[in-house]
Amino acid sequence: MTSLLDSPTRSTPPTTIQRRSLLRDTLIVAARELRPVRRDPFSVMFGMVQPLVFLALFGPLLVGVVGDSDVLGGSVWQWFVPAILVQVALFGTSTVGANLLFELQTGAHERMLVTPLSRPSLLVGRSLKEMVPLALQAVVILAVMTPFSFDLHLTGALAGLALLAVFGVGLGSLSYALALAVRKQDWMFWVVQQTLIFPLMLLSGLLLPLESGPGWMQVVAKFNPLTYLVDAERSLFAGDIVSTTVLWGVLAGLITAALGLVVGIRGMSRSAD
Amino acid sequence: MISTRALRKDFVVSRSHTVHAVRGIDLDVEPGELVAVLGPNGAGKTTTMRMLTTLIAPTAGTAQVAGFDVTAQPAEVRRRIGYVGQGNAAGHSQLAGDELTSQGVIYGLDRRAAKRRTDELLDGLDLTSLARRKVSELSGGQRRRLDVAMGLVHVPTLLFLDEPSTGLDPQNRANLWEHILRMRAAYDMTVVLTTHYLDEADSMAERVVVVDHGEVIADDTPEALKSRLAGDRLVVHGTDSRRLAELAQRLPGAREVRYADTRVEARVDDGPSALPELIRAGVDAGVPITSAQVHRPTLDDVFLALTGRSLRENESTDSTAGKEAA
Repeated sequence: MTSLLDSPTRSTPPTTIQRRSLLRDTLIVAARELRPVRRDPFSVMFGMVQPLVFLALFGPLLVGVVGDSDVLGGSVWQWFVPAILVQVALFGTSTVGANLLFELQTGAHERMLVTPLSRPSLLVGRSLKEMVPLALQAVVILAVMTPFSFDLHLTGALAGLALLAVFGVGLGSLSYALALAVRKQDWMFWVVQQTLIFPLMLLSGLLLPLESGPGWMQVVAKFNPLTYLVDAERSLFAGDIVSTTVLWGVLAGLITAALGLVVGIRGMSRSAD
Repeated sequence: MISTRALRKDFVVSRSHTVHAVRGIDLDVEPGELVAVLGPNGAGKTTTMRMLTTLIAPTAGTAQVAGFDVTAQPAEVRRRIGYVGQGNAAGHSQLAGDELTSQGVIYGLDRRAAKRRTDELLDGLDLTSLARRKVSELSGGQRRRLDVAMGLVHVPTLLFLDEPSTGLDPQNRANLWEHILRMRAAYDMTVVLTTHYLDEADSMAERVVVVDHGEVIADDTPEALKSRLAGDRLVVHGTDSRRLAELAQRLPGAREVRYADTRVEARVDDGPSALPELIRAGVDAGVPITSAQVHRPTLDDVFLALTGRSLRENESTDSTAGKEAA
């Protein structure tokens, strides 16, 4: 109780700060965000199992619908496992804004804004944190699926995850930007997120091959960045690393990331208004 | 420590509607002062504080805080000021101690120094036993103390408190203030707070800045404001209230003299010396006073004298508004 008065408090230096770096700030933010996750292993475990359940229930249906045609180009699992990883990343990162919405209401976000943390780090650190559970989920999915007619190409898989991380930082940033934009009517967050995510997903050929759909869908899909990402992931997980498909996917990922960061950082800088 | 000139903030609500939340505030605060900014909800208190703490950019005017310009060098300002906002600073899913350590690291301490500082603050704010508790499980008063601790991690020379005790019961309010005043003495901090609790501004602040409609309408010590702007109120009873009212009218600085039935009310400059005078005058005139009271003015009387409105009315009608819109 009295230690603050008795001890020579003034001699504890009013923090002399070494030069700030974006990297240090980003790591601080990510580490802080990860702390509650680490203390809550159950929700992490559920997160691990969910994609497996989806895989187990949707996979057989997919075989039933298009299994005997050759649109999947061979093995159903080879086609579907990369897609499920994209789906996990898609849902994982597009919903992260909801966490921020809560911190916007409580005042925890405002607290971060009055600290000397750089604005971009608040965004990048939060988005990067989402990559940690995603990487764990990927390991579990690949470990479980490899015995079932799924060929694991390690280099391709790692490159695929790296590409997914780039895309995820972009989508996560857009999700945060959405949360900041609708912070005064927070229910809007889910309306917008749900309205966008399903068309984006179905029009990317992620769940069902577009080749079996009508021509207009195939045309629209050409304008969906997610289409290129999904195609690139399938190519990478098949071990086909150097190809134009992958190049287009990388481009789609980079554009998403750049767009997300620009929009998100602008939102962060104005988020106290 | 703080110096603002013609500080303004407009919020554009729609094309045809702009809210002028702050309309040109000049404010100077010297090192070591404890200043309360008082005003009704929507007066511009919080908006002013958010500009001074770099959370929002001023529309016009300048503000120097802790030696730096809030617009040109916000990062320098942020390093030097402590801020306790209206909301709770700690993330709800975090542990109380972890949040303090994170803050320390954010302000440039290494992990070990941050941990040491965390223990110091937990101890100083009576939170040691709650270090490993989740923030969402803390009571309102405990959370508020944690907010203050988070604002003090980097030993700021200037501390902003935005409605620090709103929503706390009297006991927790008193407890929080005890901590704030001790911290202030320990670190010789300059403290600027906003409040709409009149008694809080009255008893805690050495200087009160009254804000209304985005402007400073008065700025002085609570004592000076009260005697200069409000004056003491006399309430006396006697059988001939009309005659007594006439006598009261002759007291030095008498104004707002009213009477009804046996009761007479008057405002005077110096109540304690005016009352015996009135009693003597009553006896001399053959209209004796049967009972008498002197009421010292409150800051609400000051606000009433300045604006013709009562702060209390504002408080009760706007209490649901919670956070200040402008």
